[in-house]
Amino acid sequence: MTEKITKSGLLSRRRLLTSVGAGAVLAASPFRINLLQAQEATIKVGFPVPLTGPYGTEAQDQVRAAEVAIAEFNENGGLNRRKAELLVRDDKLNPGEAATRTLELIEKEKVSFIVGSLSAAVQLAVNNVTKERQIIFNSISQSDTINEASDFSKYTFHEALNPHLTAGAVGRYAFPKFGKKVAFLTADYAYGHEMVRGFQEAGKAFGIETLVDIRHPIGTTDFSALLPRIQALKPDILCISNFGRDQQIALKQATDFGMKRSMKIIVPIMLYTGRIAAGPQAFEGVIGGTSYYWGIEDKIASAKAFNDRFRKMHGGKVPSDYGALGYGGVKTLLMGAKAANSLEADKVIAAIEALKYDYYKGPEYYRKCDHQSVQSVLIIESKASPQKGDADVFNVVETEAPNDANLRSCEVLGHKA
Amino acid sequence: MPGLSFDLIAMQLFTGLALGAIYVLFAIGLSLIFGMLTVVNFAHGAFYMVGAYVGLFLISLGGNFWLCLVAVPLIVGVSGMIVERFLIRPLYGRGIDYPLLLTFGLSYIMVELIRIGFGTSGYPFDTPDLLQGAVNIGIGYFPLYRLFVIGAAAIVLLGLWLFLERTSFGLIIRAGARDPQIVRVLGVDVARVWLYVFGIGTAIAGLAGLLAAPLQGVIPEMGANILAEAFVVTVVGGMGSIGGAVIAGLLVGVVISMTSLFAPEMAKVSIFALMAIVLLIRPQGFFGRAGLMS
Repeated sequence: MTEKITKSGLLSRRRLLTSVGAGAVLAASPFRINLLQAQEATIKVGFPVPLTGPYGTEAQDQVRAAEVAIAEFNENGGLNRRKAELLVRDDKLNPGEAATRTLELIEKEKVSFIVGSLSAAVQLAVNNVTKERQIIFNSISQSDTINEASDFSKYTFHEALNPHLTAGAVGRYAFPKFGKKVAFLTADYAYGHEMVRGFQEAGKAFGIETLVDIRHPIGTTDFSALLPRIQALKPDILCISNFGRDQQIALKQATDFGMKRSMKIIVPIMLYTGRIAAGPQAFEGVIGGTSYYWGIEDKIASAKAFNDRFRKMHGGKVPSDYGALGYGGVKTLLMGAKAANSLEADKVIAAIEALKYDYYKGPEYYRKCDHQSVQSVLIIESKASPQKGDADVFNVVETEAPNDANLRSCEVLGHKA
Repeated sequence: MPGLSFDLIAMQLFTGLALGAIYVLFAIGLSLIFGMLTVVNFAHGAFYMVGAYVGLFLISLGGNFWLCLVAVPLIVGVSGMIVERFLIRPLYGRGIDYPLLLTFGLSYIMVELIRIGFGTSGYPFDTPDLLQGAVNIGIGYFPLYRLFVIGAAAIVLLGLWLFLERTSFGLIIRAGARDPQIVRVLGVDVARVWLYVFGIGTAIAGLAGLLAAPLQGVIPEMGANILAEAFVVTVVGGMGSIGGAVIAGLLVGVVISMTSLFAPEMAKVSIFALMAIVLLIRPQGFFGRAGLMS
């Protein structure tokens, strides 16, 4: 039309006005606003965690820590000034609910990343959805299976430790110190079994002898009937391989039965929140593994910075171990996006694989074959009573340095090198 | 099985009896209320839980465990009486299902209120200083506190038995359970009797919750967890029979304990198997009166 006008040499006043008018209307229309927003929209990070249910305390702490990661990212300019935003959803510790929420986050909210879940079964359900939709997912709950070739995809990352590694690290510390005769008290589900396998694999090098492996159902409230047999076998070490309230009650009752007098009690993973909820009596002297304890801030600068930032944002509280995973999980993906200078999945994946980072606990990186975070494991002992404030509950007795060799190998997991 | 000695079996048996003592304590309140009022009290677990929380609260105010042993049953008993007077009483004479549904709903409300007031994550409850540690009972070490719970259960049972059998009020309660109409004709205020019975039943539930708190800590769901076992105990013992609740409670404890020795994963299933067997042979339970539920 412009050509026609030029050619004819006629510049219709009316036509000009109409065009300008139409342009103005278009400029002000919702369509144009949408275009603008798409360019500067926030980077959405979906965060499905079990806010309600037995792990609610841990999940809420994960949200708090993830908020720290988001705030830091935004203060440092975001991704070309695009800010990040955390979309928290309650997965109710239910795989079906988690899958639905995740799908909703991807379809309706158009999130770029999913970080979260706090249960072996739930994270596998989320992983199935993200795999299919080709969205990067960083799991912040312990699992052995998520890294196995059958469940893994290139979109899967695992920021949390896995049972094989934590149990192994605690075993490597405890077996040479406390003895070779070991009794297991195990929660009868995949996670419990994985932890026992981790202990036994690590124990081979020390020639440990398994006296008994007693399996109990999840949600047991009285362990007394299981304890006399363990006592009668006189083990050097009792491994209590369960989690959450099961662990708190089992430790309390084992303490009541006087079992700490004749054997050392170890647990693969000892939670800060669990210790706070159960009080010092039950946990006193128990040895366990963890991915993070705020007390390492005396030695590790990044931990100090993270704790300070967390305290500032959340009324002086310190982050818990599972909380810290929320921070690490979100932070690594955002830093990957920044390094890639893009939100395109393939570019971000390549960037995250190349990251060597120390965000809050010392050096870490993701192993290329299975995207497992290779990181240190802290061996902690529960104190008889807090000395420096209520949060002072553990002594870090040893730190196992990040080491690929302590994980199950890529071949064992079914990956082709 | 290696290491199966006489001491171990004796210890396992004893552990089962101690476990049973807690079931007995929980189930007698349930049985008392059903036997006298024909109310299947689904809120019994909630009163048990409230007992633990009241204890927790009193201790946080500076009270001690021994004071709680008196205060908790009183407070929970009075709240039980309020529930009976204003919620359950209007439903008498409408059959067994009305109070059942009411108490079922009530238990949800109570648990939710506790969650709002105290949070969902639970609290530790330390064993009282005097009762910490384990003592050698000849066959091995056994927690002092569990021995104390057995003693407490025995005292409550003895007290309840003396009250029902040896006091005139007990006589009225027993008569009221048999034939409320005749008792009413004799000039007794049956409504008042039932009020007290419900109060006593919930008071014992509250005490049981307090006694269980140092064993496993305190969470809002603690009552729901034990309710299934308690109904097995009352059904096996015979709905409404206090003697039956005692025998069945101890039996359930021992069955759980002995199953745990050989097949721990079957422990929870075993009590339902026990219930099925008993019901096949004696549909009304050990000491139950036939037709009470109909």
